[in-house]
Amino acid sequence: MGATSLLSHSLRIARKDLNELFRNRLGLVLLVVMPLFMMVMVGFIYPSSGSTVSDLPIAMVNEDSGYGNSTIVSQTFIQGLQQINDQTGMMVLSNASSVSNLQSLIQQGSLDGGIIIPSNFSSCIMCGQQGTIIVITDQSNPQISGTIQTALTEVFDQMGTMLAQQHVQELNSSVNANNSLAIVQPYKVQTQGVVAGNTNYFDFIAPGILALTVMMSVMTGLPSAISMERESGTMDGMMVAPINRLSVILGKALGQTARGLIQGLILLVLAIGIFGVVIHGSIFLVLGLLLLGVFSFVGLGIVITSFTKDQETASMLMMTLMFPMMFLSGVFFPIQQMPWYMQDISKALPLTYAADALRKVMVLGAGVSDITTQLTVLIVFGVVMIAIAVPVFRREMTR
Amino acid sequence: MLGIEEGAGGSVAAEANTNIIEVHGLTKKFKGFTAVDNISFDVRRGEIFGLLGPNGAGKSTTLRMLSTLAKPTAGSATINGHDIAKDDTEVRKSIGIVSEKMIMYNRLTAKENLWFFGCLFGIPKDTLRSRIDELLELVQLTKWKNAQVGTFSTGMRQRMNVIRALLNMPEVLFLDEPTLGLDPQSSVEIRDFIVKLNRENHTTIVLTTHMMVDADLLCNRIAIVDHGKIVALDTSSNLKKLISGANTAVLKIEVSNLTLGIMESIKSIACVDTVTQDDDTHLRIIAHGEEAFDNVIDTIRAKGGKINTMENLLPTLEDVFLHITGHQVRDAADQKIPMEGNRRFGAPRSRVR
Repeated sequence: MGATSLLSHSLRIARKDLNELFRNRLGLVLLVVMPLFMMVMVGFIYPSSGSTVSDLPIAMVNEDSGYGNSTIVSQTFIQGLQQINDQTGMMVLSNASSVSNLQSLIQQGSLDGGIIIPSNFSSCIMCGQQGTIIVITDQSNPQISGTIQTALTEVFDQMGTMLAQQHVQELNSSVNANNSLAIVQPYKVQTQGVVAGNTNYFDFIAPGILALTVMMSVMTGLPSAISMERESGTMDGMMVAPINRLSVILGKALGQTARGLIQGLILLVLAIGIFGVVIHGSIFLVLGLLLLGVFSFVGLGIVITSFTKDQETASMLMMTLMFPMMFLSGVFFPIQQMPWYMQDISKALPLTYAADALRKVMVLGAGVSDITTQLTVLIVFGVVMIAIAVPVFRREMTR
Repeated sequence: MLGIEEGAGGSVAAEANTNIIEVHGLTKKFKGFTAVDNISFDVRRGEIFGLLGPNGAGKSTTLRMLSTLAKPTAGSATINGHDIAKDDTEVRKSIGIVSEKMIMYNRLTAKENLWFFGCLFGIPKDTLRSRIDELLELVQLTKWKNAQVGTFSTGMRQRMNVIRALLNMPEVLFLDEPTLGLDPQSSVEIRDFIVKLNRENHTTIVLTTHMMVDADLLCNRIAIVDHGKIVALDTSSNLKKLISGANTAVLKIEVSNLTLGIMESIKSIACVDTVTQDDDTHLRIIAHGEEAFDNVIDTIRAKGGKINTMENLLPTLEDVFLHITGHQVRDAADQKIPMEGNRRFGAPRSRVR
């Protein structure tokens, strides 16, 4: 059986699979809806612009016992804070009667956090010491807690700098408003990205989701397709034909690849159209990477199918593998944030490399030479998997 | 239907000496279970050959090995001169298989299904086109050429299944339990079809069945299979002569007041081989010798049994099976259905359509 007939039989089988797919109305709808759903959910859950911290319900408790007989220090502070808040709309400020009241309100969920001005606030400041401001947050929600801490710290720093500027000017009359800032805060930080424009969390996620969806669709589609044919008996029909049995695997793999790519394309179009993701790199490179990702997973899909008896088991096994991969491959959370042993695991997953390479190309406009490591890993994984898959499949099919 | 004699395959006479299938010591073992145990037989070109036996005897497994769907654990076989293990692609060019599994894709039309498989068989496009029309015509499915197979009734699907196997005009057609689950009318149609195929196209047919009727009506030669071994192989009448030749008689007696005691005493008669109970009052007795008849009647009457009816029957294959294996087909069917764990996917599972 020559190579041409191998190819033509494989293509025929692939076409047959796709024919079946396109005639399944519900399946088609899901094909489109699934990536749509995923994109929409992720896109709208994670905010697009930098930091939209606004309208956080926060309350204040002023326990300042004052200095002398006046609590003017803390009052000034509160006024300053309210002024800033009126400008930025960051918080919905209210007053709490006591610390315990504050805590119970946070526990109930009516507040996201609280600010406490301790009793020694005025006395510290008037005696030339630092005044402490206590920020209380809802520990059960680490993300909000972190956001509040960061935001408030920023605000207080800002206020503190302004106060320091005032003091410096009082200390030395030759200092004016401009260079007082340089005295108080000698260093200023400016951040720049590698490419123009702002990026957000969505830009970070989109490539990962693309890689994930495409690979998932191949990895679950392939075992399903094979198992279903086995169970319904049509696999016998192909096995009994005088074709090279390799064309069965090849044909099925091609069919599933096509399906995965279609989903990937839909996703890409959605990402660009609705969520304004910009592809800084070459779109051909993006497509090529997706293809490579599929290729590296096809072998794995086949091996798993050959080992499981029926479709149900195959699907369950797929899910078991898929789940850790989703979370450990740096699709949703950067792997650098994970503890070192998790990072080691993620380095062994091909999805990590695919997502990484895709991200570099889409967000940073990287070229082929920049992602050679990732390309090598994906190619090698794919080849090894297929080398294992073919004999295993053959053996299992004719037991 | 008793008009069809054993020579249903009319083309046997002309090519009686050419074997199209030769099987040597074919064995198939699943984990710790031997499904097919070192069987050997030949199938002559143009004959209708039957593998007869209860469920789990190893018939389907044998068929799967011969059609290259399963790999033998040991032994070899050749079809048309090609070895099934080494030359499997060549083998597949000239065989067709029809099993209980419906080999068709529900969302493709009848024509598309046939086209797909036809192309896999390497049939040239023009030939394929006309052949598809012929085959659809043959089973009266022409109207449904462009309808999705998923919309077909069971009967129509069965017919599709058969013509799919005929696409490549196979020299050997394997039929795995062709009348299983069919209503009597369809069974008749299938039997007629098989006979016609064999007579007009000289297609060699190898079928498996546990229905004695099918084997008797259709097959030139029958191999009786039990527990993975062939226990007898001959033409239907020769097999039956195994019983009657040895001066054996088959008696069907109705005793209205049948008791266990009466049965026991019949069994203990020297000339009686086997006694089986068909229902509350009917007994089926295989006995040998000239005095068999009289001995049995005397024994029953001595025990006070009242004989209502009595028939001296021609032996059937059921009797032959009983005689050779010592148990009934029915019993054996309950005895051993190999466990799921032993069968890998691909080996036949439950036999219900």
